[in-house]
Amino acid sequence: MEATVVRTGTEGKTWGGGSKSPLKASYGKMMMWYFITSDALTFSAFLAAYGFSRYKFIDSWPIADEVFNHFPFMHGTDAPMYYVALMTFILIFSSVTMVLAVDAGHQMKKSKVTLYMFLTIIGGAIFLGSQAWEWKNFIKGEYGAVETNGGQIIQFVDAEGERVALEKVAKVLPGDRVEHERKNGLWYVTDDSSLPTYSIDEVKEGFKESNYLVRTQMLDENGAKTILSREESLAMINDNAARVVEGANLTRNEYGPPLFADFFFFITGFHGFHVFTGVLINIIIFFNVIIGTYEKRKSYEMVEKVGLYWHFVDLVWVFVFTFFYLV
Amino acid sequence: MAHDASTHEHQSATKRIWTVFAILSIITIVEVILGIIKPASLVETSFIYMSLLNWIFIVLTIVKAYYITWAFMHMEHETKGLRRSVVWTVIFLISYLVFILLTEGDYIYEVYKNGYVSWNF
Repeated sequence: MEATVVRTGTEGKTWGGGSKSPLKASYGKMMMWYFITSDALTFSAFLAAYGFSRYKFIDSWPIADEVFNHFPFMHGTDAPMYYVALMTFILIFSSVTMVLAVDAGHQMKKSKVTLYMFLTIIGGAIFLGSQAWEWKNFIKGEYGAVETNGGQIIQFVDAEGERVALEKVAKVLPGDRVEHERKNGLWYVTDDSSLPTYSIDEVKEGFKESNYLVRTQMLDENGAKTILSREESLAMINDNAARVVEGANLTRNEYGPPLFADFFFFITGFHGFHVFTGVLINIIIFFNVIIGTYEKRKSYEMVEKVGLYWHFVDLVWVFVFTFFYLV
Repeated sequence: MAHDASTHEHQSATKRIWTVFAILSIITIVEVILGIIKPASLVETSFIYMSLLNWIFIVLTIVKAYYITWAFMHMEHETKGLRRSVVWTVIFLISYLVFILLTEGDYIYEVYKNGYVSWNF
């Protein structure tokens, strides 16, 4: 039998198949692109979920400038956004050194690739350290707040509307405060991880004697938090104050809705994990460059592939920066 | 053009890299300055459910994303097929997801506002 030759009329066309690879990219590079596509969808799902929760509480969401206003060695000064802006620059710059490494790889300059890869790793490490510091400040909190019976967060301000820390409000009362433990208390209630610095009674007592005011989470038409009058404040504290909140964890935080801290930890944490793995992969490639693996292969495409991943991490940070700190 | 750029680019892409770095830095600085002063006129003007300032932030972010993808990730040198399979997929799915979730979030906000969340409790 003779072989049947079928002509489809698509010979020589890319979409007709054949031996040519239509995307003209190596398997590894193409797959890195598709991995990045799927990872981008994961991150956008997280950020969209953040947007969902924020729209749900659109008139009571924390103001980012008030939450993230720390800068190293400038304790107590209000420095909104400077620190994240610095982090953004560090990451963009490490992206630049990465792309310079890729460029040097195209020209087969081993020593230049080594240097730029090294700088990229350093940039990534500095970014990770900065993020740890940011987390530390967020977890520790600054002023402290009170949670009401309904789970809302209320904060203290003085007559000028400046935030007041709990230590100024609370009055230390005599008497023992006992940490609740499962073994000698209610077995179905989890242990207190630690007692807050002041008890709710001390805050209530101190507040009565001060002339401070209560600030709720509700935003007014100017986008500022609503401050109650002295009478309303007293009523709010006496009737509704349930517990003292200091700093942030996954259950409650002194900045506002628990979801705010949950998303902060989850999204910046997931991004930080990407940076961490990016640094690890960069280190592996860095040593491969040093021992001359790619020189022998006569191609530095591997540097290009990890470069794609590293730029993607930078790309995600650009969006996290916008939606957590700016918008 | 774009395809034989791969031989071209072997000479030097350094100039392009530094230009893009300058553009990204300037955009970031503008964003930070706007974020700190928050001009009242931009905050108060509302445009499609959001303040003009937020729209500016989002547009600038997308511009930054474009430069990172096109210049740093060399998307501009890839074939049309690869470029579209990555970029279009992401853009369409994300727009859909964001539209659905934000609409739903706004709906829940309205429900809460009409009496389901009490602040005096």
